[in-house]
Amino acid sequence: MSDVLPTIPPDASDSLAVLEKQRSTAESFGIPLAVLLEITHRCPLQCPYCSNPVELDRSGKELTTDEWKKVLSELAEIGVLQVHFSGGEPTARKDLVELVKHASDVGLYTNLITSAVLLTREKLSELADAGLCHVQISFQGIEEGLADRVAGYKGGHRKKLEVAKWTRELDLPLTVNAVMHRQNLHQLPEIIQMSVDLDADRLEVANVQYYGWALKNRAALMPTVAQLDECTRLVEEARERLKGTLAIDYVVPDYYALRPKKCMGGWGRQFFNISPAGKVLPCHAAESITGLDFESVRSNHSIAWIWQNSDAFNRYRGTGWMKEPCKSCEFREIDFGGCRCQAFALTGDAANTDPACALSPLHETIFKQAEREAEGETNRFLYRNFAGGTLESGNDA
Amino acid sequence: MAGPRNISVSETSRPVLPRHAKLKYDETRKVWVILAPERVLAPDEIAVEVLQLCNGERNVGEIADQLAAKYAAPREAILADVIVMLQDLADKGFLTEVREKTP
Repeated sequence: MSDVLPTIPPDASDSLAVLEKQRSTAESFGIPLAVLLEITHRCPLQCPYCSNPVELDRSGKELTTDEWKKVLSELAEIGVLQVHFSGGEPTARKDLVELVKHASDVGLYTNLITSAVLLTREKLSELADAGLCHVQISFQGIEEGLADRVAGYKGGHRKKLEVAKWTRELDLPLTVNAVMHRQNLHQLPEIIQMSVDLDADRLEVANVQYYGWALKNRAALMPTVAQLDECTRLVEEARERLKGTLAIDYVVPDYYALRPKKCMGGWGRQFFNISPAGKVLPCHAAESITGLDFESVRSNHSIAWIWQNSDAFNRYRGTGWMKEPCKSCEFREIDFGGCRCQAFALTGDAANTDPACALSPLHETIFKQAEREAEGETNRFLYRNFAGGTLESGNDA
Repeated sequence: MAGPRNISVSETSRPVLPRHAKLKYDETRKVWVILAPERVLAPDEIAVEVLQLCNGERNVGEIADQLAAKYAAPREAILADVIVMLQDLADKGFLTEVREKTP
């Protein structure tokens, strides 16, 4: 799974400015600092909020080892500094060590975003030797009853704890990635403590973003307003208390906000990802927007050309594409109208204002609906898989 | 295991960048950067100079000595600035220090 929304760090001093922040307002669209590589959609987990598209790429469509190596070399050459190996489950690819080694050889900082359940200590050690710089492990809860149910994978939670321990033993920095929703938010205090106990450097408290699989599962996942307020309070309190021990990044859910999120830092401004089949995408959910044609690294265009010139990247860049109320809005260059994928999923037109924005004519309706769902008793998941999803058995109807 | 957390930078600290924070010159953008998990920091010229001296052997006092000599500047002022900068980096989790092994 992957949840790599660009996050804003809590603070930045003058002498150590955070580069993303400085560049986000740049007029020209310089090549992003970090790129997300979704090297496969295969995954043993079935999380109902998976950020992969509902239509998954099958293994036969995946780029080959040589193709990924060529991509890595090209990324380093055009100025990308970091790559995130993600999926699906990146360790499901047998050539991961080889790819990490190649990335290190060409000077890229490498991050592994993993569910951890397929890793052995030996494999992790090989990855460390290949130059891996950072490991990010997803957790679905604090105890195996809930965590394994959310992941749809028995024994997963226990394995994750084990791999987290190995990660630190191998002196690799660890980030705990906790995806939060109605059914696990009550465990947040213990998740924070677990991260400290696992000797993690960072914790990402990432509230579910509702498109793709998560939108299908919204009724089972949407938190209440009270839960979210408590979540924010806990994060703020823990940030202060654990300063210097555990950095906490916080991705807020946008349904209950008045202003939409500046999704991906603005379309085509500071982020792209590459899908298992080699499509270069402005966001990992972008393929959910029909009518956009995404260029592939298998085409005869370079990645830099695709970033600068392809129709898909330019379609929603800047503000020229906007309609009202975005067009004349004073916040248009601050949030760029929110999330295009969410606008498409909820309104049928990606150029509409993201309904997460209070200025969207649909905001009120959707907010009320989400509130009703949050108060509801529908806890049953639709699990993510290649068959288009499987309904959880045994839980309520 | 990595170095200790909750570092309080003082004159006797011997700071060093941890494995997951890499100081690198970015040829494309012509700037120095610190690569860290999910972050790219842009240290200013002075910070780069300080960090290049942080090898886990020199202590902060010695770093201040070197910079004071190089720039013919008051040592106390430099020491104060260096400590503030390194403490900021430590608070962000991108600095560790070498400590004497306790028997």
